[in-house]
Amino acid sequence: MPVKDPLSRVLYIDLTLKRFWVEDRRDLFDKYLGGTGVAVSLLREELPRGADPLSPDNVVVFSVGPFNGVYPMASKTVAVFKSPLNSNLGESHAGGRSSVAIRLAGYGAIVIKGASDAPVWVSIQDNRVQFRDARALWGVRSTHTVGRVLREVEGGHGFRSIMRIGRAGEKMVRYACVVVDTFRHFGRLGLGAVFGSKKLKALVVIGKHSIPVVDKPAYRRVYDKIFKSIMETPATRKYHELGTSENVLPLNALGALPTMNLKQARFNCAEEISGEHLAAKFLGRRVSCAHCPVACIHLAALREPYDREPYFYKTTFVPYDYEPIYSLGSMLGVCSTTGLLKLLDKVEALGLDAMSTGVALAWTTEAFERGLITENDTMGVKPTWGDYENYLKIIELLVDQPNEFYATLARGTEYAAKVYGGEDFALTYGGNEMPGYHTGPAAHLGFATGARHSHLDSAGYSYDQKTVGKTIKVEDMVDYLINEERWRQVLTSLVICLFARGIYTPQVVVEGFRPLGVELSESDLLRIGREIHLLKLKFKLDEGFNFSQLRFPKRIFETSTPHGRLDPSFMDTALKLYQSKIEEDLQKFSSAG
Amino acid sequence: MAKPRRLSVVDVDLCVGCMMCVFACSRRFGDGGVARSAIKVASIGGIERGFTVIVCRACPDPPCASVCPTDALNRRDGGGVVLNHRKCIGCGNCVKACPYGAVMWDEEANKPIVCMYCGYCAQYCPYGVIEIEEVKN
Repeated sequence: MPVKDPLSRVLYIDLTLKRFWVEDRRDLFDKYLGGTGVAVSLLREELPRGADPLSPDNVVVFSVGPFNGVYPMASKTVAVFKSPLNSNLGESHAGGRSSVAIRLAGYGAIVIKGASDAPVWVSIQDNRVQFRDARALWGVRSTHTVGRVLREVEGGHGFRSIMRIGRAGEKMVRYACVVVDTFRHFGRLGLGAVFGSKKLKALVVIGKHSIPVVDKPAYRRVYDKIFKSIMETPATRKYHELGTSENVLPLNALGALPTMNLKQARFNCAEEISGEHLAAKFLGRRVSCAHCPVACIHLAALREPYDREPYFYKTTFVPYDYEPIYSLGSMLGVCSTTGLLKLLDKVEALGLDAMSTGVALAWTTEAFERGLITENDTMGVKPTWGDYENYLKIIELLVDQPNEFYATLARGTEYAAKVYGGEDFALTYGGNEMPGYHTGPAAHLGFATGARHSHLDSAGYSYDQKTVGKTIKVEDMVDYLINEERWRQVLTSLVICLFARGIYTPQVVVEGFRPLGVELSESDLLRIGREIHLLKLKFKLDEGFNFSQLRFPKRIFETSTPHGRLDPSFMDTALKLYQSKIEEDLQKFSSAG
Repeated sequence: MAKPRRLSVVDVDLCVGCMMCVFACSRRFGDGGVARSAIKVASIGGIERGFTVIVCRACPDPPCASVCPTDALNRRDGGGVVLNHRKCIGCGNCVKACPYGAVMWDEEANKPIVCMYCGYCAQYCPYGVIEIEEVKN
């Protein structure tokens, strides 16, 4: 890292004492680049082992990396914390303007500790941190309103990021998200609940500094090369045109689109919730994260008449992406496009993770069908496939938690299934609700073994789709997942959006570092990726994670994939092989110091 | 001699808020970040409502020049101004005089930043929101 780069500055904020200070942590940034690597290191330093995720002991770390604010599509911020959903490593990434704002405010990471006694929002600009009274914002119905208020009272228009929680975070629903700049999210694993437990309503970061570059002409040359490849690669065109929702129809055709709690992997209403249909009938605007020309964020314009007032209409902009379409669309059997959009808007307004919410509702519906829960539990609402009106009611109820059932559901699908039964069809991995890919063995093994139990850890879904019709060798699949997850640790430490993974090859990353005055070889990068991966797994093991306790939900073996029905013994062998490879590597890692 | 040029916001409704232009403008000086950018993109009250692109429109009779106490802002042929750094005392009158807010401020140098109509930013706009054009007489 060049001497003048402010990246190594870490801002510590103590919410209990209402204090802040800055430390230079060049040691960490030199070792682990930034992003995931540095964030996990800081979490390990700061978090007392075995801490209650909803107590003041929990720590939230936001981190950016050397490429943010410097190269295009380096547009993500990494958040790590102890997850209240699975009581282990919480890691979630978001774009919007967050990474650029943090980086250009002159920080590489922000560490938030303690808890406030009264609701606050924290405002960061340059060397100033303000703790502001958020009592009047607590309990406000929609995250949109909170955003609107903060936009008015805060400065830095055009150079800021506003991250806030909704009522779900305040009520500590364990899969509450943090909404970033409207329509982007730290979605997974419950960062919103951690904010809520700390009485932290929002974090505003304003940044408009420059990043010094060592070799300026070379910087412009490398920048242009990357920019050109982004604009010309078909790989980014997909996100650019229809957006991620382009995946709905191909996955459906393949028989890999989880539908009605994965009773099926094809949805007869796939057309209605497809990217093509949404673009033709509803697409109102496309927007981008800061410093990314792709504009993958697709907003539907939902126009609704008022019942009692003729000629009055409300037009709401609703973000849609593949994952929320899967979880609140096909998983719930919702055929109505407007119904789906209303569900998407509801989770946005309340600040819930769309994926976890959809999977929790899908489990609820099947548990209700089977009589594991009754109308007594649901307070008279009948969860029924496709009935989005009822799902809208249930979402409100699981945030308010007026009875034991909803309080249980607010703790996550895995927990609810432990209490009420139905674990065989509770689609969770490591306590996290499953992503939308029933593509084959690699996807499910990746959900189980990935450090954040996300499809983005190791992209098994991609391996499955490339190997359809072929016989998968266990060892090849396991090696692919491990290597992919390790390389992704490098990308998410820089912090590159994973949609640009085809652009930022190891060679391009090496070239990108040079003008910044950093000489790293491809093998250095791979070594760092491996170390970060093992560091994360070590954190997980220390916090009680155990490979042998991982389970594959029985449901995944009942519904055919593009690779046919999955074989439990094959999956078991794969998991054991994965475990032994990691354990062996961890031993080498530990003995090497 | 080449005709004077100006930067034109052709269709702001095409803007996706990517800020590629903002980053390009600071990159003219070879650095990352946005501290020296003469162009700004901000939402108009939430990104769902769209964006505003703020940049000097090269006024034929620029108010920013009129309020400069040290004549550091010189009128340019074809409209707009050229900043003479040596004369500028950093008073900020020019910032207040521009109704668009198109005179930016370099916090690191404590001087105004005004578009020099080079068109570098437009090369990075993926959607044709901004273009460099010759000034019409």
